[in-house]
Amino acid sequence: MENKLIILLVIVLGAIAVAQLVRIYEISSKLRKNEEHEISNRDNNLNARMMFGFMLAFFAFFIYLMVAYGWTGRGSAASNEGEEMDWLLNLNFVIIIAIFFFTNFLLFYFTWRYVRKPGVPAFYYPHNNKLEMIWTIVPAVVLAVIIILGLQTWSHLTGPTTPEAEKIELFSKQFDWTARYAGADNTLGLYDYKLTLDNNELALLTTNTIDSSLNNMLNGSTGIRSLQKLLNNRDTVFSDSTLNVLRNDLSRKERLYRFMTQMKQNHNAKLDASAWDDIIQKDTLYLCKGQEYEIALRAKDVIHSAYFPHFRAQMNAVPGMATRLKFTPNKTTAEMRREKNDEKFNYILMCNKICGGAHYKMKMVVVVLDKSAYKKWMDAKKKATFKDQYFPVAAAPADTTAVDTTAVVTMK
Amino acid sequence: MASHDAHAHGHHEDHHHHEEHFISKYIFSQDHKMIGKQFLMTAVFMGLVAMMLSILFRIQLAWPGESSDFLSFFLGEQWAPNGVLKEDMYLGLVTIHGTIMVFFLLTGGLSGTFSNILIPLQLGARDMASGFLNMLSYWLFALSSIIMLISLFVESGPAMAGWTVYPPLSALPQAVSGSGLGMTLWLVSMTIFIASSLIGSLNYIVTIINLRTQGMTMTRMPLTIWAFFVTAILGVLSFPVLLSAALLLTMDRLMGTSFYLSDIIVGGEMLTNHGGSPILYQHLFWFLGHPEVYIVLLPALGLSSEIIATNSRKPIFGYKAMIGSILAIGFLSFIVWGHHMFVTGMNPFLGSVFVFTTLLIAIPSAVKVFNYLTTLWKGSLVLTPAMLFAIGLVSTFITGGVTGIILADSALDIMLHDTYFVVAHFHIVMGMSAVFGMFAGVYHWFPKMFGRMLNTRLGYAHFWVTLIGAYGVFFPMHFVGLAGAPRRYYDYSAYSEFDNNSFELMVDLNEIITTFAIIAAVGQVLFLFNFFYSIFRGPKAPQNPWNSTTLEWTTPVEHIHGNWPGELPTVHRWPYDYSKPGASQDYITQITPLEDGEEEH
Repeated sequence: MENKLIILLVIVLGAIAVAQLVRIYEISSKLRKNEEHEISNRDNNLNARMMFGFMLAFFAFFIYLMVAYGWTGRGSAASNEGEEMDWLLNLNFVIIIAIFFFTNFLLFYFTWRYVRKPGVPAFYYPHNNKLEMIWTIVPAVVLAVIIILGLQTWSHLTGPTTPEAEKIELFSKQFDWTARYAGADNTLGLYDYKLTLDNNELALLTTNTIDSSLNNMLNGSTGIRSLQKLLNNRDTVFSDSTLNVLRNDLSRKERLYRFMTQMKQNHNAKLDASAWDDIIQKDTLYLCKGQEYEIALRAKDVIHSAYFPHFRAQMNAVPGMATRLKFTPNKTTAEMRREKNDEKFNYILMCNKICGGAHYKMKMVVVVLDKSAYKKWMDAKKKATFKDQYFPVAAAPADTTAVDTTAVVTMK
Repeated sequence: MASHDAHAHGHHEDHHHHEEHFISKYIFSQDHKMIGKQFLMTAVFMGLVAMMLSILFRIQLAWPGESSDFLSFFLGEQWAPNGVLKEDMYLGLVTIHGTIMVFFLLTGGLSGTFSNILIPLQLGARDMASGFLNMLSYWLFALSSIIMLISLFVESGPAMAGWTVYPPLSALPQAVSGSGLGMTLWLVSMTIFIASSLIGSLNYIVTIINLRTQGMTMTRMPLTIWAFFVTAILGVLSFPVLLSAALLLTMDRLMGTSFYLSDIIVGGEMLTNHGGSPILYQHLFWFLGHPEVYIVLLPALGLSSEIIATNSRKPIFGYKAMIGSILAIGFLSFIVWGHHMFVTGMNPFLGSVFVFTTLLIAIPSAVKVFNYLTTLWKGSLVLTPAMLFAIGLVSTFITGGVTGIILADSALDIMLHDTYFVVAHFHIVMGMSAVFGMFAGVYHWFPKMFGRMLNTRLGYAHFWVTLIGAYGVFFPMHFVGLAGAPRRYYDYSAYSEFDNNSFELMVDLNEIITTFAIIAAVGQVLFLFNFFYSIFRGPKAPQNPWNSTTLEWTTPVEHIHGNWPGELPTVHRWPYDYSKPGASQDYITQITPLEDGEEEH
């Protein structure tokens, strides 16, 4: 009811507004004796002054925003790379803000200054090669400086990491992040998306995970055998569309099974170790102050983007493609909280590539610790490696997958 | 064409002209002036729709989660239950807003309208090279517009992967509901749009090359025509690449190919696609996408060059340099697309090449700005509404252009990529500039299009609301982006959990932005009213209301087929003889022969 009243009100007000516009229109037309193309000196001067006034207000608005929200509103950087970028950004800002003020000023000043004055003709001035050379060469020189400085920084930011860099993988899917630390050997284990299972969400590649995936594909509740059984059951009748879905599903799984069999044959069991000691970490990403990080990115479903606003780092995670980024945090969370005077502040990892409905909620808290606290955390974590999670120590080692493994070894 | 010529060469006045059938005159017209107006009307309608969509999602951004009768009125229970926008529909609104604005308003509307109206009139041609293809171009445009609008009403929602529709998100209906039927309609609509654009562009190019009247050499063409010419060439070279990108995407969606898909598990289903690359799509898309920016911008710059020269009562400064910079911008626009992809995992060395080429574009752009400024210098400015919009365009071109220097610098793009800083940048440099160019063009050539005048006072009011409103919307966005806010976020509540200061900044600024957006949107009523009312009730226009030199103002006010009664005019001079010393009045039309001893310019 209320809705309808409001809509009615809007319609009535709209009609009144249009009626008023018609009146203004007709009256102003009469006043101008239908000479719409003749701009009176009064209108001309008024608009010229308003243009100049607008410029002043515009500049004031800009300065107000800078004062109210900080020079560039970012807060200070929290990584070595971020500090280098901020320096470059500030330099670029000085240049472009100068250009912005200078050219906008000329534009609005000329509009005001050279508005038509009776008896003063325009100055016929079609070209001047010297002037045009100046404003080709000066921007070119300024740009050369910008380009050279920018590319230097770019090559620092995208260059290889030192051997001391710690390796972490960030695994993204709709709509969360999982981190994987490389463990004691600082080598990330290999992966293959086809090995994804409930107990192997990151699809790590080991002899055992291949076997359990093969087994699941064949004997799982929606595996190949159960599908075959369903399709071969003469007692059930499916509609054509269901039949189609089931057949497609079966052929897809058979193809995947073939690929996985090949994978098994080509697999080198020596690589298992690098995966077993990996540490899988959800919810919070812990980093160490002063430690360089080489971060590998992975996406399970669609493109995501790892975006660390405070470290000034960003890189897309692309399905089927390996991407990387690097940075060295240089302020612990506690230090940053003190600097910002905000006890609740945290670093964050956000998704910055549109990835679906809950895109805006896809984030992971990042905590930067000092060296000793980080070591303490890491030592505790090293007791819960991928192997520990996958093969809980308490469980009996001899299950079916283990038997399969030995079979392969003997076959070879 | 032959029969039109016969008519035009006759001696009769309008009332002798045989009455055309309503359908052939207003609907399936092959007359370039009518087709131009059809493009304009369609684009204005599409622009209004896209603006409404933006208001809907701006309400969500400023007052996240608050119930709004406005939202529930427009979106209903399905997409705004209890007046709160759904996350999926937020993405749908953003996507369709972008698509319509970029393609349907600023490409179809700007280039379609003004190329059609001005190319034959300013070149002294009776019509486009092919009237039929021209008509076809419009009707394909209309059809694609209708399909795009229909996609807003399908049950699973419109396309939701952003206007760039990157796969895999756009390829997998399991990933987001809009990637089902909505995305299919998007692809169909864009395919038809591309066909329309190609037919139109080829027609413009052929007309400009072949149908210039006697004496109209390439270097006597107004800058508008140069801009339309280069725009059309860019369109012909780049739109087919978008078509191929869309085609491959369609095949990935329907036929199980793996151009863009590799190693994906979505909705619990393990796909067998392997070896494709989502980055390939991005390369193909931006190979169109970046020239597209200039397809949008160049016509606006061309229109404003003409309007600024006319209303400064001065020749445009550096005519040849202006042509050179249009050509340079056109050429460079093809080798800069990678600057959209610095953080996609593209090889960093390739990235540095794109940094170099992208920053080069700043040089011809700077030349254009300084030439505009020098044109104003010591002029005798007549501030018509068209002139104000043209000056506004120069301002937005500067303001939005300088931030491009930051974003083109790959090292700085890392932290600003996909934040509101980017949104601010391209809305000012591309959106505002092109819309201002379009308004300038409408105010300036309205007398030519409809034979009547727009109301100047309402024009002024419209300009001031639009200038203040649009800057009020897009200028604070820089600060939102610099604070780190990613674009395409349904709300920024995530920030409240880890950085309350930034969160408050974003909430504050988003409220300011939405308020300005609503003001600017309501202000467009002034334009709409003025526009439609003046078509019927505006005072009759004189033949040459702005004392302009170009050929379109030598045609009779009443439209006739073939544009000029009798012979086509002969051109004797360049189009910018304003305030030439020694002349009796402050403008000399292009058809006036040079006097003895007079130098051309």
